[in-house]
Amino acid sequence: MTDLTRLTAAETAEKIASGEVTAVAVTEAHLARIEAVDEKVHAFLHVDREGALAQARRVDEKRASGEKLGPLAGVPLALKDIFTTKGIPTTVGSKILEGWIPPYDATVTRRLKEADIVILGKTNMDEFAMGSSTENSAYGPTGNPWDLTRIPGGSGGGSSAAIASYEAPLAIGTDTGGSIRQPAAVTGTVGVKPTYGGVSRYGMVAFSSSLDQGGPCARTVLDAALLHEAIAGHDPLDSTSIDAPVPSVVEAARNGDVKGMRVGVVKEFAGEGYQAGVMQRFDESVELLRELGAEVVEISCPSFDKALAAYYLIAPSECSSNLARFDAMRYGLRVGDDGTKSAEDVTALTREAGFGDEVKRRVILGTYALSSGYYDAYYGSAQKVRTLIKRDFERAFESVDVLISPTTPTTAFPIGERSDDPMAMYLADLCTIPTNMAGNAAMSLPCGLAPEDGLPVGLQIIAPAMADDRLYRVGAAVEAAFEARWGHPLLEEAPSL
Amino acid sequence: MTVTDLVSYDDALATYDPVMGLEVHVELGTKTKMFCGCSTELKQDANSQTCPTCLGLPGALPVVNEIGVESAIKIGLALHCEIAEWCRFARKNYFYPDMPKNFQTSQYDEPIAYNGYLDVQLEDGEVFRVEIERAHMEEDTGKSTHVGGATGRIHGASHSLLDYNRAGIPLIEIVTKPIEGAGERAPEVAKAYVAELRELIKALGVSEARMEQGQMRCDVNLSLRPKGAEKFGTRSETKNVNSLRSVERAARFEIQRHAAVLSSGGTIVQETRHFHEEDGSTTAGRIKDNAEDYRYFPEPDLVPVAPAREWVEKLRAELPELPRVRRNRLREEWGVTEHDMQSILNAGAVDPIVQTIDAGAPADQARKWWMGELARRANEGGVDLAALPITPAQVARVCALVAEGSLNDKLARQTIEGVLAGEGSPDEVVAARGLAVVSDEGALGTAVDEAIAANAAIADKIRAGKIAAAGALVGAVMKATRGQADAARVRELILERLGAEG
Amino acid sequence: MPGITREEVAHLARLARLELKDEELDHFAGQLDDIIGAVARVSDVADEDVPPTSHPLPLTNVMRPDEVRPSLTPQEALSGAPAQEQQRFKVPQILGED
Ligand SMILES: [Mg+2]
Ligand SMILES: [Zn+2]
Repeated sequence: MTDLTRLTAAETAEKIASGEVTAVAVTEAHLARIEAVDEKVHAFLHVDREGALAQARRVDEKRASGEKLGPLAGVPLALKDIFTTKGIPTTVGSKILEGWIPPYDATVTRRLKEADIVILGKTNMDEFAMGSSTENSAYGPTGNPWDLTRIPGGSGGGSSAAIASYEAPLAIGTDTGGSIRQPAAVTGTVGVKPTYGGVSRYGMVAFSSSLDQGGPCARTVLDAALLHEAIAGHDPLDSTSIDAPVPSVVEAARNGDVKGMRVGVVKEFAGEGYQAGVMQRFDESVELLRELGAEVVEISCPSFDKALAAYYLIAPSECSSNLARFDAMRYGLRVGDDGTKSAEDVTALTREAGFGDEVKRRVILGTYALSSGYYDAYYGSAQKVRTLIKRDFERAFESVDVLISPTTPTTAFPIGERSDDPMAMYLADLCTIPTNMAGNAAMSLPCGLAPEDGLPVGLQIIAPAMADDRLYRVGAAVEAAFEARWGHPLLEEAPSL
Repeated sequence: MTVTDLVSYDDALATYDPVMGLEVHVELGTKTKMFCGCSTELKQDANSQTCPTCLGLPGALPVVNEIGVESAIKIGLALHCEIAEWCRFARKNYFYPDMPKNFQTSQYDEPIAYNGYLDVQLEDGEVFRVEIERAHMEEDTGKSTHVGGATGRIHGASHSLLDYNRAGIPLIEIVTKPIEGAGERAPEVAKAYVAELRELIKALGVSEARMEQGQMRCDVNLSLRPKGAEKFGTRSETKNVNSLRSVERAARFEIQRHAAVLSSGGTIVQETRHFHEEDGSTTAGRIKDNAEDYRYFPEPDLVPVAPAREWVEKLRAELPELPRVRRNRLREEWGVTEHDMQSILNAGAVDPIVQTIDAGAPADQARKWWMGELARRANEGGVDLAALPITPAQVARVCALVAEGSLNDKLARQTIEGVLAGEGSPDEVVAARGLAVVSDEGALGTAVDEAIAANAAIADKIRAGKIAAAGALVGAVMKATRGQADAARVRELILERLGAEG
Repeated sequence: MPGITREEVAHLARLARLELKDEELDHFAGQLDDIIGAVARVSDVADEDVPPTSHPLPLTNVMRPDEVRPSLTPQEALSGAPAQEQQRFKVPQILGED
């Protein structure tokens, strides 16, 4: 019998739809896999065994009664613990929300359920999505399935580790500065940050509202596309949601082709700080694209150089305000309420106890950047940089269809290596941040292993806003060509757990 | 409470020139809250009108209420403001337990309406122009109840209980430019401005603007500068002054208090003040130092509001007649003095009277009932005139019955009493209580004859030409007919019988 | 651009309602000083005539009709409350004023 955890989501859905396997069997196989390996990986913060099996049973009943099933019906999924789930704990990786059970579902959660997808549980993440390693989780780090002593990326390390370790074929992540793409890159998986406004943020606990975007994580480009279509689309509950048809990403993923496309290599994403093996694999990807018939040119985006700085003003500023609601009054942790202290003191004591260092750093930084007297120099200037980045992208997309770069400058680093060096940690998102600043779409997919450490390297593809389908068209072509060259998906080279 | 020395109002005004700024918050009468679909209906059941958005639950997002924006534009237009072509919401960041997100979604440097004015008419008819700085959209907070302290006050409370039903209800904040040049009439201007604004808001139909229910709340900012000086003095901000009378009293008190402090060589601290209904005084609240930093920034969860010009012009075209213009028109139509009109306004009787006239009553009759008997009843019951259980159409019917002679004044009053008591329509009350005037000439004639016979001495006086004595006989007849006779007719009959000329 | 002092960090922490410990103040002050030093380069563009971008998308006028949607039940609303009384959120004594 085939190992049900090794199938792609598309294959799994097909087998369930045809009656070859039941959704319950698929779910049980994944629950068993989680039981077997998650103690080592620690991808999950919460496994909803009963809920998953109940949903799987509903899918099987639906099929039995001849009802039409969605394209991912019965496929298990790991949901980042940043999306609210009615009746299921949602912690955002923070102590301040330990034990909180939301009374409502995020729009993404609701759409997953409506698509008959089976939510296995909630995955680990850097607290409030602030980090690039998942070490900032209040519930302990997640290991990278390629090497458990290394980081799985962040903030969505739990989601990427879950799919890389075959605990689930699909996962949902969120990407504020690279939190879907960088984990995908370092775990040898596929991750997409859709166009801002493409996927509803309602019920996605906010880190930085103008940058946050939920998106799919998968082991193949097609699976990511199928999941993308399941969660995307206009949501009247999110004012920043785009009221336009979702780009045909599945069709694009089924028709990978770069012939005649113009591909721009972002000149600024190279040089000091970029690992040799990463650049080697990236250069090979450029060659591959040429071989596949794309015209590759170099493009300069001079403002990208200030993107990281602007990001570390905008994201902390917005988070300092977004996280103010965690005040010990209405939900979550409450510390120090001994009957003598004031609400004000209890709020301060609770936030002190409930937030980790990175969150505190960013809240203080954001409070600083928004203060009167500093606003124009910091927040105001950062918003101007944002305009310049947008212009760089606009200019670039006048001459190319997509841009490419390494997803992240290095492969997975050892857990603990950068944990008390914020600036070093922030560099992990150097190449991914400009996309969040401008609101357009980007994907990371595997492009090989770095020769020096044998760890996965990610190729980033960037498309204009609302042209998410281009990511999938290019991604599918690159994926097919690489797998033909390797003879198998890259992930099969990962050590077994 | 510290005792505040005051100087007399006249002395204060002899030395200083007051400058005021008035900030009024109006709760809109929309069906739903500003950023979520929760009902705004006032209910007792705590926390029954909340959702993830207005509770500030993690992940929840706001969506702007279209009628909230429309109402803001209407108010802006009625205040002769410019309406922004493009504006945004901003977050005002500060921690307070009644504010679920610990920021208020408001507007900062881009209000939807700005640069307007409102002409207010003082009691003597003088018109004073109050310049409007801005009107912007924001949201209300929840309500806290303080437990364990004396009389529910915040000080000494052991803990507080929060109900978020009110959190997120749309507010429009209307801010005046500094009001200068009102001199000794400053408190009167303040009161007239708030009264006029309330009328305007009601006329626009965007809120009932009931101050006693907190639907309209006023902050009075006041400073004094030596007469002739240009530069403003330091201001105090008296918060939540929630009745017209209080607005006037608060301004008056602060003028006297500032003058006392300044005259004794002291300096005014920029602080918030609390107004006390009991004695009209204010006491110090929070000092507004520079530590207060709201860290405003554009609300990233909402997109800009750019009201289409066609929409704005459509709303402008639909604006109702402004209250002051309407009042002056009605005053002329009714032929009453400024003073009487003011009383009518103060009694909340303008609309009932207009509606009664529309239902067919003569203006003087409509005015007489609403400002007389009905005003008295409303006063006794402590309710608004409009809340009395009688409709303008019913009052008009009573007027008609009087005009056709079926009721006299006394019977009309009894009829109204019956309607107010829930006994039915005026006709039903008349029938049930048997209130119709005795107009049967035979019966009346008998009653007159009996009265003359029983009061021979008075009858003689009348016969001798002392017509004024007829009143006593009229009284006797009215008593005999239990008031159900037309007194004028009775008098006629008496004089006729006694051969005297009326 | 000037650096950030320990006192400033303490002030910001108060504004942000974080009861930082002394050693945290020292630790964060150093780190924040580094970070601010690094991000201060954005102010190179402060004087440039560039409009700020606050929203990544050029959307305007997203509004909803004034129609009532179901609320949570009070039980759901209060389900996460650390303490409650009389169907209200029970919180420690509030200092200051409304
Ligand atoms: Mg306000
Ligand atoms: Zn609500």
